Amino acid sequence: MSFVPGQPVTAVVQRIEIQKLRQGNNLILGFSIGGGIDQDPGQNPFSEDKTDKGIYVTRITPGGPADVAGLMMGDKIMQVNGWDMTMVTHDKARKRLTKKNEDVVRLLVTRKSLEEAVKQSMGGFPRP
Amino acid sequence: MDNESTYSGYSYKSSHSRSSRKHRERRDRHRSKSRDSTIRGDKSVIIQAPGEPLLDAESTRGDDRDDNWGETTTVVTGTSVDSISNEDLTRISKDLEDSSPLECRRYLSPALGGVLGLISLITPLAFLALPQLLWRDTLDPCGTPCEGLYISLAFKLLILLISTWALFLRPPRATLPRFFVFRCLLLALVFLFVASYWLFYGVRVLEPRETDYRGIVGYAASLVDALLFIQYLALVLLEVRHLQPAFCLKVVRNTDGISRFYNVGHLSIQRAAVWVLDQYYSDFPVYNPALLNLPKSILTKKMSAFKVYNLGEENNTNNSTGQSRAMIAATARRRDNSHNEYYYEEAEVERRVRKRKARLVVAVEEAFTHIKRHQDENAATSSPKHPREVMDPREAAQAIFAPMARAMQKYLRATRQQSYHTMESIINHLQFCITHNMTPKAFLERYLIAGPTLQYLDNSRGRQWTLVSEEPVTASLRQGQVFCLRRRDFSLVVTVAPLPFLRLGEEFIDPKSHKFVMKLQSETSV
Repeated sequence: MSFVPGQPVTAVVQRIEIQKLRQGNNLILGFSIGGGIDQDPGQNPFSEDKTDKGIYVTRITPGGPADVAGLMMGDKIMQVNGWDMTMVTHDKARKRLTKKNEDVVRLLVTRKSLEEAVKQSMGGFPRP
Repeated sequence: MDNESTYSGYSYKSSHSRSSRKHRERRDRHRSKSRDSTIRGDKSVIIQAPGEPLLDAESTRGDDRDDNWGETTTVVTGTSVDSISNEDLTRISKDLEDSSPLECRRYLSPALGGVLGLISLITPLAFLALPQLLWRDTLDPCGTPCEGLYISLAFKLLILLISTWALFLRPPRATLPRFFVFRCLLLALVFLFVASYWLFYGVRVLEPRETDYRGIVGYAASLVDALLFIQYLALVLLEVRHLQPAFCLKVVRNTDGISRFYNVGHLSIQRAAVWVLDQYYSDFPVYNPALLNLPKSILTKKMSAFKVYNLGEENNTNNSTGQSRAMIAATARRRDNSHNEYYYEEAEVERRVRKRKARLVVAVEEAFTHIKRHQDENAATSSPKHPREVMDPREAAQAIFAPMARAMQKYLRATRQQSYHTMESIINHLQFCITHNMTPKAFLERYLIAGPTLQYLDNSRGRQWTLVSEEPVTASLRQGQVFCLRRRDFSLVVTVAPLPFLRLGEEFIDPKSHKFVMKLQSETSV
């Protein structure tokens, strides 16, 4: 999932729709994020390329809205409700996810296993 | 400025009028009560347990001798040929009661120790000489082995002599109230040794006229060895044992609360007291009674605000109690603003002191520019053109003292130090600073900071301190003990606390393990 500067990023993504859960005064999604352009990418345990400064899912509350929706630990979030997440600061990412007036967030996430799955499904059919 | 001029023998008649001089003397008389004889200095410290006679009979082997030799003379010569004023009289009487009387008993113990030491040094030589003198013909001839023993004996005696001189023949610095247990032990031990050796010698050698001279020489050599070992024991007990710190003493002066902490080893209370006093003279700033109390204006303001009027015709006897009670009740009810006044008064005083200090510093700096060291090389060239008068340091000091005198006097008055510095002493100090090329700042250091008590002493007489303690003063220091060292105007309260036991662990760090990463990593839950 590395990117070449100047070239569009291509990835196989999964669309995940999470309904926010109201807990007291807050709307929670039930997962934790890490990463961002202002963070140290070398610390990221989930990324393949250690220079990737994208936003990754680091923890999922079991039984929470994210878990129910199918989000998995280690997913890289590419878009949130249409907003790009590949080149944002950590705080901006947090704000995009926790907007108070939105009840639902639609994420585009990518993970290694998706690529593998697509490759496998395409691998048997050589392109003409 | 010249409070003590008559005392110091320097008859200085000021140019001020007679009435102002009388006024000054009256003021000084009033102040002489508060002036402690911390000004006059001493060489030795006498610590006296309460109710005990001054001396202990066995305090030393020459170490505790108090040299009060100068006391009788200095008191008498303190009065100059000029008339003795009342202030001199009060001062003399205070000196007499302050200084300790010269007693012959004090010298008994050093004399005893000296005699014992002399006897123990002579004894081996006597052991060797007596057979030779008395029955020389019947002695077995003793060749090389004896000569070897002679040499070793000679050197050991020499070493014994030198180390005795180094360790024990030092002027004593203090007189302790009770006898010094370790010293007495050592004296007793030496006496026992020497006596038992003499006894054996008398019975087994002198009586039967022993002919084995080599054995006798060996015996004398063994005595010298034993004396060397006793000296080693003395070294350990008297000098080395208390070096390892074991207790922390907190010393607080009761008048102004100045405190210090000291680490000492295992000592008895009286030895610890002597040690604390040694440190006191160089660590504690001098006790200035003038700086202690709140100005009277603040304290008495409360009471003077009310006047009680007697409206009835009753007799006055039972009215006085009624009056005082009424005043106390009234003042208690009134809102107490004295802290406010204290705050402003203190700010005012500080401002005044700072202003005077600034004036003093400027005056001194300017005065120092008037003077310059005279170089001899330029003498030939400069003398025909500018014949400058060459002065010695004393004259130079007197010459530049005049412009700064007034500023100095005002500053000393503002900081209430004027009783510690006479004009004479200031000129002496100035002369000292000029001689050693000091800058004005170095000259002023003595007056701007309240120095340790030692700076204000002139070492002529002994100092009388009283050790007040609930436990016997030869007891060893223990946790929680408290004892006081009392002087006439103030006392030092000493509290003993043990130093904590240290458990030192070990951790090895590989020098290659020092690695660092940037810490810009955060995880937020949403």
